[in-house]
Amino acid sequence: MMLLAVNVDLQTDATLQVDISDALSERDKVKFTVHTKSTLPNFKQNEFSVVRQHEEFIWLHDSFVENEEYAGYIIPPAPPRPDFDASREKLQKLGEGEGSMTKEEFTKMKQELEAEYLAIFKKTVAMHEVFLCRVAAHPVLRKDLNFHVFLEYNQDLSVRGKNKKERLEDFFKNVVKSADGVLVAGVKDVDDFFEHEKTFLLEYHNRVKEASAKSDRKIRSHKNAADDINRIASTLYTLGTQDSTDLCKFFLKVSELFEKTRKIEARVAADEDLKLADLLKYYLRESQAAKDLLYRRGRALVDYENANKALDKARAKNKDVLQAETTQQVCCQKFEKISESAKQELIDFKTRRVAAFRKNLVELAELELKHAKGNLQLLQSCLGVLKGDT
Amino acid sequence: MHECKCKRSLAGFSSVLFVVLSLVKVFLSQSPEAACLSAEDISPSSNGPRDDDPDDLFAGVDGGSVSGQSRPQSGRVRPLAGPDEEENRDTFDIQISVSDPEKVGDGMNAYMVYKVTTKTSLSIFSRDEVCVKRRFSDFLGLYSKLASKYMHMGYIVPPAPEKSIVGMTKVKVGKEDLSSVEFVEKRRSALERYLLRTVKHPALLKDPDVLQFLESSELPRAVSTQALSGAGILRMVNKAADAVNKMTIKMNESDAWFEEKQQQFENLDVQLRKLHASVESLVCHRKELSVNTASFAKSAAMLGNSEDHTALSRALSQLAEVEEKIDQLHQDQSYADFYLISELLGDYVRLITAVKGVFDQRMKAWAKWQDAQVMLQRKREAEAKLQYANKPDKLQQATDEIREWEGKVQQGERDFEQISKNIRREVGRFEKDRVKDFRVVIIKYLESLVHTQQQLIKYWEAFLPEAKAIA
Repeated sequence: MMLLAVNVDLQTDATLQVDISDALSERDKVKFTVHTKSTLPNFKQNEFSVVRQHEEFIWLHDSFVENEEYAGYIIPPAPPRPDFDASREKLQKLGEGEGSMTKEEFTKMKQELEAEYLAIFKKTVAMHEVFLCRVAAHPVLRKDLNFHVFLEYNQDLSVRGKNKKERLEDFFKNVVKSADGVLVAGVKDVDDFFEHEKTFLLEYHNRVKEASAKSDRKIRSHKNAADDINRIASTLYTLGTQDSTDLCKFFLKVSELFEKTRKIEARVAADEDLKLADLLKYYLRESQAAKDLLYRRGRALVDYENANKALDKARAKNKDVLQAETTQQVCCQKFEKISESAKQELIDFKTRRVAAFRKNLVELAELELKHAKGNLQLLQSCLGVLKGDT
Repeated sequence: MHECKCKRSLAGFSSVLFVVLSLVKVFLSQSPEAACLSAEDISPSSNGPRDDDPDDLFAGVDGGSVSGQSRPQSGRVRPLAGPDEEENRDTFDIQISVSDPEKVGDGMNAYMVYKVTTKTSLSIFSRDEVCVKRRFSDFLGLYSKLASKYMHMGYIVPPAPEKSIVGMTKVKVGKEDLSSVEFVEKRRSALERYLLRTVKHPALLKDPDVLQFLESSELPRAVSTQALSGAGILRMVNKAADAVNKMTIKMNESDAWFEEKQQQFENLDVQLRKLHASVESLVCHRKELSVNTASFAKSAAMLGNSEDHTALSRALSQLAEVEEKIDQLHQDQSYADFYLISELLGDYVRLITAVKGVFDQRMKAWAKWQDAQVMLQRKREAEAKLQYANKPDKLQQATDEIREWEGKVQQGERDFEQISKNIRREVGRFEKDRVKDFRVVIIKYLESLVHTQQQLIKYWEAFLPEAKAIA
């Protein structure tokens, strides 16, 4: 199965390998076949598969987030919900407009849209797969019990999607978190490393968001231009078949050329989408997950400082000192544990990020070159024929 | 229709305008080496269309292509000769350029004045080089005169550019923004193409109105040009044609050529309009692409700034630079899309309307001839009746009327045959020009696409090592 380009630097070792070997798109849901190969003793077999839906991935992700033990790790971002709405709408519109175009045009457009649908499908599979791979590559998360259940339990996990009440609760939790986030972010950190990371991540996250949105718009324009060239090629073909002068051969040749260059243009847009837009989208989610980690550490720090103050107060009043001491110890340990793992996580995050960008930028440039050269060759050979004809 | 909003500062645009003008210069070639037409020797003494001797005028007329009056290499150009085209030994030059748009006056009474320069070695012109100042309504006036003189005889008179109230109002009001500068440039280019097409027509070139337009420093103001705009005239012609079509008498087409040609032009019209719409959409989307690429370039630069890994930061900045260059490339390409293809298609959509108008004129002539025949028949019947009524003076009148209508029938038949002949010739010439125009323009367009790809390759080749350098 196709791996997303961000899947760099993930240690795939024999002890645990996960991939999505198959996927089925039904009316309004996608069924992923999660395939595991493992030598770990925890599993009953060495190789097995289960079928999972998107909600179950979300359940797994949320269980990580809610687990206090994992507070010190960057939780791999949840894959986005499979969204075929736009594509479906376009197919429907095409069906409605069938009467207004020729049979060839209709068939061509239908093929285009079906290809688009397929591309979106492949992408959503890849994004779900990369989530699982990140978990499997993480030294701690890979041991998680819920993860093993997810991989192995071959019945439906009965994880219904969150109902309205729960979604509302989540919403408010997020609101509180961001308010808190601002509060916590306002406190200057004693540790230089974390202070730098905080400043960096806040700005970086916003910039990635901008860049992601702009790259999407750019790619959409590119696709629109490619669609126009498609229509132009069709009309030129009709002109070529109808024309009574020497132009008929001319038009046919140019129509053929535009058919080919349009395909290349569409590929350019698709590759830019894959190598650039998807990369940015992914790091948007990852940088958010990193911010969440900093937030959790910040909360732990606040708790620790409050515990210190409570301890001082207790000592001053000489009341409930032992309890206050224990609380303070717990908070201190929690904070230090998170800080330690957070530091490593953030360093790993940077390494992964740099590697992913390098790989994608290199591949992007190579693909752009490949397509431009392809285009150039087509154009030049066609020009040669057309000029020679006169 | 799509709404494209390109907001650029005027300063930014003036550099782009320079590119456009040089592009337009290359493609429409205002350089002195341009616009060579070849035709047969034209007798300078003629003062109007010579129907009695058409073969001398029209046989083997070859023009250079119009919308790209550009021959990049040399001044004298042989037209692209095919085995069935008659090559002309006598070539003559005429180069026309429309330039230097200048705003005269203020507010709603303001108008643009264009400099029309004619360089020629033809003897019908009084000088080698003439410069005159003309405004848009002057061009419309010229077209209306030519249309009224020649269209009913079956000549395809090139239509003048369309009026545009919105475009002109912005210019009048003094908005010095991108869209009004573009509008003026678009109009200037269209006026130039219009004049070039007009003088390419051997009969029109000799027309005194055309000569006066090109040469005389003062030109009487064309009045009420609203009705006289190219579209206005064609609309009038077409309305008349519609009236003809609505007649219950269906024309018995004895000549399959005409039926076939009419159908072909009908089909061509439909397809060209479709193509024009698609190209306009492409122009719009490419402009959008350019704007969005520029916007993305900025965001990539910002991202590069905030990235704390030095090498990656530098690579992202380089990416931003590449995207900025590519944005300029897209914009240039969209100008080529527009000025080469879109405008050519627009011109031909209007030209084909003129061609269809000419076919309808023939139907009108036929109807007139038929009417005359019907009238003659009635007069004969009337005379026959009067024979028995014994009214000698009325009888004489009837006989006179019969003679009159016999003459009209003969004239009607002659006119019909003449217009049919003219149309055959005109269509032949038109098709030759069409082939040339499209060939030249499409080749040029493909060359512009080649250039774009070559630049893209250059930019990405420069970027690749930067990306690989990320450690």
